[in-house]
Amino acid sequence: MSATILEATGITKRFGGFTALTDFDFALLQGERVGLIGPNGSGKSTFVNCLTGTIRPDGGSLIFDGNDITRTPAWLRAKHGLARTYQIPRPFRGLSVQENVEVPLRFAVGHTSARAISEAAQVILDQVGLSAKADLSPKGLTQVDLRKLELGRALAARPKILVADEVMAGLSDSEVDEILALLNRLSAEGISILLIEHIMRAVMMFSQRIVVLVAGCKIADGLPNEVMQQEEVERAYLGE
Amino acid sequence: MSSRADSVPELRQPLPLSVRLRSGVAILLTGAALMAATMLLGTQVSEYYYLAAYTILQFVVLGTAWNILGGYGGYVNFGTAGFFAIGCYTTIVMDKIFSMPLFFDMLAAAATAGLVGFGMGYLTLRLRGVFFSIATLALTIVLQTLIVNWSFVGGARGVYVLRPEVSGIFVSYVQLLVALMVGLAIFAVLAAWAVEKSWIGIGLAAIRDDETAAETCGVPSLRLKLIATTMSGALMGMAGSLFPYYVTYVDPATAFSLAIAVNSIAMPLVGGTAAWWGPVVGAVLLGSAQQILTVTISSAANLFIVGVLLVLFLTAAPSGVVGIVRGWKRRRK
Repeated sequence: MSATILEATGITKRFGGFTALTDFDFALLQGERVGLIGPNGSGKSTFVNCLTGTIRPDGGSLIFDGNDITRTPAWLRAKHGLARTYQIPRPFRGLSVQENVEVPLRFAVGHTSARAISEAAQVILDQVGLSAKADLSPKGLTQVDLRKLELGRALAARPKILVADEVMAGLSDSEVDEILALLNRLSAEGISILLIEHIMRAVMMFSQRIVVLVAGCKIADGLPNEVMQQEEVERAYLGE
Repeated sequence: MSSRADSVPELRQPLPLSVRLRSGVAILLTGAALMAATMLLGTQVSEYYYLAAYTILQFVVLGTAWNILGGYGGYVNFGTAGFFAIGCYTTIVMDKIFSMPLFFDMLAAAATAGLVGFGMGYLTLRLRGVFFSIATLALTIVLQTLIVNWSFVGGARGVYVLRPEVSGIFVSYVQLLVALMVGLAIFAVLAAWAVEKSWIGIGLAAIRDDETAAETCGVPSLRLKLIATTMSGALMGMAGSLFPYYVTYVDPATAFSLAIAVNSIAMPLVGGTAAWWGPVVGAVLLGSAQQILTVTISSAANLFIVGVLLVLFLTAAPSGVVGIVRGWKRRRK
């Protein structure tokens, strides 16, 4: 049994009168691959934002790698090894593709030598299949390439936990398989991965465990096949 | 995503040190040439040229200082005149309490304006976009109200400053002022260049493009922005610290002049905000145009020409001269 790397307890987030996330408990083991699914608006992205520090939860606590990070700013969480991709890609548009990847190498990992940064960036671009486009501006990239860049930038932060928020949306079947292979390799290296995805084929293939959110509440948490057979999950996805 | 090891170009190496330091050497050489001209032309030319050169150099400093926060970090500061005035009035206070060589006035102004820059950053940098800009404008108004009501520094009436006797290698006090301004301009441009090429510049660029994503990549945004506001404020203050001896009479309306704030934004925008030399080119271009128009047509045409050029550039060349030159280089490749 591996050690617990992340423990979120009672995470609650309200936006005005709307409760986006209610008393959500979530734990992640080292090297574990977990799928987080749920209909649109069920609170998945709200949880990711609370986890990575983009927004502050109204209640609950986050323990990451033995430290309480509930009040830690986002940049420090990134430095400690929490990396994420954005559902809607958010590249640095004024920088080249390679420079985009160099930002986390410099700031999250803390490399200082220009040569080490440049070399590490090229290795990562090769991993995500963008090395031929290293000098381009992100403005000229396709949606698919932008998602790869998101993933590359998250990888460059040398994460302990990687939160992949819909990195496969819009990708072809073979590209989905390539990303899954990459994520599996990372998982084998001991990185815990939280996959948020609508492509059920990918989620079922990848996840060791699936957590289901509906309307801000956790309704299921368990082995993929068992979870998918639960009545509530079926109802949430397919209706009555 | 297939392994493209075969199609990968050879591993690109970062530029060698000699290439990376080339710009710094160019700045120093240009500065040295300017300094030599200032010293050698002492009695050869009309003092008007010195006064004109002083004004242009002052805007090189102000534009460069503004660009550190506004161009690199994307935070538009409307309060340049406030920081300039802080420097100005620091000199006046110093002059009233104990007269010291001008260089110490500059240091004191840098400290005061840098401190105010830090404080302003700490209080307002959680505001983004236009809200930050409005806050800087408000700061200027608060400062001006304070000065207007502070009779020790002349209040609304203003204050006269006596130029001390000039000695040593300088033939006139204006020559000394221009020499100091040349030194300050070199210092400011070198500082901006160093910021741009260092981790601070890369972090600021990431913040400018997407602050939330930058934080997710480990960029300590508040810390970097505070470095930028402090540096930017200190340089603006230093530019202001020489001003009382330049004009010899200072009142709040002059020190907090709208022209200062407008020019320090317009010059980097016309020159280009993406590189250290953009504000320099913009200041020389707009500054000389203003000087020539003041002499040939009227001094009222000053802000008019700024407005016209700004509109022209923002529509035809939104990345300024830097953008034009870079686009031209790219096409030639």
